[in-house]
Amino acid sequence: MTAQRIESIDELKRLSNRLRIDIVRMIGAAGSGHPGGSLSEVELLAALYFRVLHHDPARPDWPDRDRFILSKGHGVPALYAVLAAAGYIDAALLPTLRKLDSPLQGHPDRRMLPILEASTGSLGQGISIGIGMALAAKLDNKDFHTFVMVGDGEIQEGQNWEAAMFASAHKLNNLTVILDNNKQQLDDWTEKIVRVEPLSEKFRAFGWNAVDIDGHNFAQVIPALEQARANMSERPTAIIASTVKGKGVSFMENNVKWHGVAPKPEEVEAAVKELEAKFA
Amino acid sequence: MTTISTKFEMKMGVATREAYGQALAELGRTNPSLIVLDADLAKSTFSATFAKEFPDRFFSVGIAEANMVGIAGGLALAGKLPFASSFAVFLCDKGYDQLRMCAAYPHVNAKFVGSHGGISIGEDGPSQQSVEDFALACALPGFTVLCPADEFSTRALVKQMAELVGPCYMRTGRAKAPIIYSAADTFQIGRAKLHGIGRDVAIVACGFEVGYALQAQAQLQEEGIAARVLDMHTLKPLDHEAIALAASECGAIVTAEEHLLDGGLGSRVARSAAMSRPVPIEFVGINNTYSESATPEQLMEKYGLAAPYIVEAAKKVVKRK
Repeated sequence: MTAQRIESIDELKRLSNRLRIDIVRMIGAAGSGHPGGSLSEVELLAALYFRVLHHDPARPDWPDRDRFILSKGHGVPALYAVLAAAGYIDAALLPTLRKLDSPLQGHPDRRMLPILEASTGSLGQGISIGIGMALAAKLDNKDFHTFVMVGDGEIQEGQNWEAAMFASAHKLNNLTVILDNNKQQLDDWTEKIVRVEPLSEKFRAFGWNAVDIDGHNFAQVIPALEQARANMSERPTAIIASTVKGKGVSFMENNVKWHGVAPKPEEVEAAVKELEAKFA
Repeated sequence: MTTISTKFEMKMGVATREAYGQALAELGRTNPSLIVLDADLAKSTFSATFAKEFPDRFFSVGIAEANMVGIAGGLALAGKLPFASSFAVFLCDKGYDQLRMCAAYPHVNAKFVGSHGGISIGEDGPSQQSVEDFALACALPGFTVLCPADEFSTRALVKQMAELVGPCYMRTGRAKAPIIYSAADTFQIGRAKLHGIGRDVAIVACGFEVGYALQAQAQLQEEGIAARVLDMHTLKPLDHEAIALAASECGAIVTAEEHLLDGGLGSRVARSAAMSRPVPIEFVGINNTYSESATPEQLMEKYGLAAPYIVEAAKKVVKRK
C-alpha cells in the first residue's frame, strides 16, 4: 500500500519547492534550527513518502508499514514538512517547531509525536535502531522495509560501522541506508574535518550494495529507492545521495554558515520569494 | 517473609549471572517475543543458556556494545522484548549514549543486564570491574534498576522485569553468590526484602553485599546490637517506605554496596532518608578509586567491603544517634 502516490515528476518538484518554503518559514519562526541539512534532503524525503514507502497516513500504526528513521535528527524540519504534506500532521503545527508543548521538537521525539519511528538527535545511532526493526521483520516473516537516513558528517561516528558489519553479516536486505551526502558538517566541509569518502566503496567493503546518485534528481532518486525497497539480494543497500547543503536558497547553498543558524525575518522573506519564483 | 538470622552461614549457590541465564531460557519457553542479544560474552553473561535452547532468537552483535543497545531499542520499537547482555562496565559505559537515546528517552520496553558487576570479579582487574553502573543506570529517567543478591531473587526478578513495561537495567555478579533465599520466597520490584526486626541499626545492602550484611547482623547481635537488614534489590524506584520505616524505628542506617560511594545505593538511600526522617548514615562502598587485580576475597577486604567493615560502620553510626 502506498498512500498519496504522486506520479508526475513535475508535481514532485513543485511539492519539493513547497516543502522548502515550509522549512525556511518553520526555522525562521523557531529562531533556531538547521536549514542547510533540512534543505538538502527534501527530494529524498518527498520520493520516500510519495512514491516508495508502503504506508498509510490514515493508519500510522499499521504494523506492516515501512519504517523511516531520520538518524540525522537535526534535519527534522524537512521531515515535519513532508509528514504534514502527506497528511500525518496538521500543517498548522509547523510554525510551532521548537516551541513549548509542541509535538514538533527540535529533534525527532516520539514521546511527543508517536508517528515518528524513533527519537534521534545523538548522531550515529539510527542504523542500529533500523537493524532492530529489520531483524524484527525477518523474525516475524513480514516484508516491511526499513529506511534510515544518515548524514555524511554523521558517518564519522564509529557505531555506524559496527552496524554496517552486523547488517551485512545478517543479510538484512530489508534495510536501506540513505546517505545525504551534502559534504558539510557544522564546523566546515566534511573533507576538511575528517574525510569520509570514498563512501560507496566503504559500504561495499562492509558487504552492502551501494549506489551513487544525485540526491536532487528524481529520475535517479526514485529508481534507487524503489530498487532498494525491492532488494532481493542478500545484502543491505546504501544509497549515497550527492546533495547540496541549503539547496534551493541561493544564499544558503554550500555555505557552512547555514548548517545550524536560523534565517532572520528578512532572510526568510528573501528565501521564500526566491523559492516562490521558481514555480511562478 | 521476615527471617531473623542469628547466624548467617555463607553457603554458596550459583552466581547471579548463571541464574539470569536460566531465567532467560525459562522465559523463552513461554514468551516468543523474547529476543536475546549479547556482545561476544554470552558464555560469561550466561545468555548462552538461552542461545543454546533458542538459537533463532539469539543474536551476537560481536564486540560492539553501542550497536547492541541501539538494536535492542529498534527491536523494542518493533514489538519485541529484547534482553541485551554484556559485562556491566561495557554495557553501561560504552553503551551509555545509546541507553539514553534508544531506551530511556523514548521509554522503550528493552531490558539490559550487565554481568561482572563490582570488584568481586577479581583477577581481571579494574578495566572489567563495573563500579559506576548503578550511578549511570539510575541517572536514566524512567529506568528500573535492579541488583539481586542470590540466585533465587535473580530468577524471580528477571521474570518480573520481563513483565514490567519500560526500560530496565539489572546487574549480575560473576562470583558464586551466597544462598539467601529459597524458591518459596517472593519478590516485588521496588519493595525491599526485610531480614530481622532489630531496632538499633538498619543495614541497607544490595547484591553481593547482602550476604556480608547478614554476616554483620549476626556478629552485631553477639555484641548486643540488634540490626535489621534490608535487601534493596531495587535501586530504582527505591523503596522509600522501607527506608522511612527503618529510619524511624532504628534511628541509624548503614548502606553497603559493591559500587563507588558516589551515585549508588548509599547516595540514593541518603537522599531518601533526608526527605523523610534524617538520621545518621554510614556508607560502605568503594571510596573514589578503581580497584586492582587480586582474588575476590582479597579485594573485598582491601577495598573495605567485607562483613567486618559493615560491623564497624554499624557501631560508628549507632554512636552517632
